[in-house]
Amino acid sequence: MKRAGLTIFDQGAPGRRALRIPGSDVPTEPLNKLIPEGLLRKTEPELPEVSQIELVRHYTALSNKNFGVDTGVYPLGSCTMKYNPRINEETARIPQLALSHPFQGEELSQGNLELIYDLAEILKAIVGLHSITLQPAAGAHGEFVGMLLIKKYFEEHGELDKRKVILLPDSAHGTNPASANIAGFTVVELPSDERGMVNMTALKERLNDTVAGIMLTVPNTLGIFEEDILEIARLVHEVGGFCYLDGANLNSIVGRVRPGDFGIDIVHFNLHKTFSTPHGGGGPGAGPVAVVEKLAPYLPVPAVVKQGDKYLLDDDRPKSIGRLHSYYGNFGILVRAYTYIRSLGDEGMSAVSGNAVLNANYLMNKLKVHYKLPFDRLCKHEFVLSGKDIAEGIHTMDIAKRLIDYGIHPPTVYFPLIVPEALMIEPTETVSKEELDELADAYIQISKEAKENPDLLKTAPHNMTVGRLDDVKAAREPVLRSPKKN
Amino acid sequence: MAYPEKFRYSKEHEWVKQEDGKARMGITNYAQDELGDVVYVELPAMGAKVKASDSFITVESVKAASDVFAPVSGKVVEVNRELESHPELVNQSPHERGWMAVLEMANPDELDKLMTAEEYEEYVGEL
Repeated sequence: MKRAGLTIFDQGAPGRRALRIPGSDVPTEPLNKLIPEGLLRKTEPELPEVSQIELVRHYTALSNKNFGVDTGVYPLGSCTMKYNPRINEETARIPQLALSHPFQGEELSQGNLELIYDLAEILKAIVGLHSITLQPAAGAHGEFVGMLLIKKYFEEHGELDKRKVILLPDSAHGTNPASANIAGFTVVELPSDERGMVNMTALKERLNDTVAGIMLTVPNTLGIFEEDILEIARLVHEVGGFCYLDGANLNSIVGRVRPGDFGIDIVHFNLHKTFSTPHGGGGPGAGPVAVVEKLAPYLPVPAVVKQGDKYLLDDDRPKSIGRLHSYYGNFGILVRAYTYIRSLGDEGMSAVSGNAVLNANYLMNKLKVHYKLPFDRLCKHEFVLSGKDIAEGIHTMDIAKRLIDYGIHPPTVYFPLIVPEALMIEPTETVSKEELDELADAYIQISKEAKENPDLLKTAPHNMTVGRLDDVKAAREPVLRSPKKN
Repeated sequence: MAYPEKFRYSKEHEWVKQEDGKARMGITNYAQDELGDVVYVELPAMGAKVKASDSFITVESVKAASDVFAPVSGKVVEVNRELESHPELVNQSPHERGWMAVLEMANPDELDKLMTAEEYEEYVGEL
């Protein structure tokens, strides 16, 4: 397959086309009458010129090289790569939803608005909070919205000059400090203790009236539930700060506990994680943000409200932080998440978290004999092993590359930073026991290979169309363009 | 790799070399080994004023992006432009060609708070 490695630009021939567009049957204007001459390009753009069959073969070949949840087990820590039920795609393709347009107006969008309204009510009930926006496009976008809400609150209460600090455990998701920083806060890090939880002494030392809030991931990135959460929330509230919960790991507690009940003021959801909408290719996602009553006036506009039997878009919220997304967020993703929740129901959603936690603990206990487990306690949906000292000269990256040969997607590696050579594994509830056993066997086999035949790991993968890629060279000397054709 | 006798070292793994009132600095051999292959170094602006333990440089490796902290207070008077095209110098020669910035020290007494080579070696031995 000589052509297999070619980019689309390296294929085809001048003048070749995948589609021929018929001539226009309405009067046309010459381009230079519509766009000033100086802004028009003088040369033809260098676009690929390929036939339809070349085009189809090219993308089919690429899709065959791809790995996704539909191909195999994908236990990528903190990403919740669960199965995305096909019914989600069915509903998202209902023409009345798929072909609707935001400019058709409220009157003709009643179904869409009702779905948004109902989903908002369900999500609020899941986390036990007062109000919500479904606009943010992803988790980090939700974090940023949460930070803006805190900022706006203190601005309205004349405390913005004083409230500068956001506290963050050193096990936080990497996006948390970035979101707090971009919103204008100063990040102060909290160390973890030997349990892998927030160090309470350090927290107390750092708490004062400059603290605007704390951002917690519960369970945290080690997969451990913050046992002191009630005390943390009480202490932060005592100095007048807010408690933000990064809901990336909601999959392990959904249907079991409600963050609003343990003192959380703001939660973001990742609909593309816990609520099974597709992700992994860069989106689109959705990161709704739910808040307590006192933050409700600041939520983004427009809000979807219900008046009698009618659903309306409400823009009249003078204290709002404004609009965070065009129209009303990634609507197609909302349809899928709504379908997922409605098809599982209450019992189904509790079973999700129950099985996710059971699967992770089963796997953790099988693997901890063969790999270091720095925080050995009951985990939630994920756990973190260390590849350190598995064998002389072997790193976590080598273990990850070797897993590919076993047809298993590698775990999240080198994160969280507090575990050296971290391997972060999240099986999710949608793997079967047989798959968990296969997964464990592969990890165990690799731990033996590391000692007996380390070169097998260092040069992995061996069974792929390409071998070990030089990621250092790629980062240092990126080639971002196809070489120019003569 | 030995830690040069005349340098001073911080707990965050920066080294400082005193050069007539100025301080040349970079990250230690231990730090570069922990980071793995460095692919990018974001240097500070010339003339920037920093306080000791301010984060003022970012180092990206294939594993993670990490902050580098100012070991002493002062003004940035020189940066190692060579790192822009050759970040691998941080791995290959952490204590010499991989230097990152030169600071005009605001308070040279701060050097006394840092560790000697012997103390630093003992410190990393316990990590």
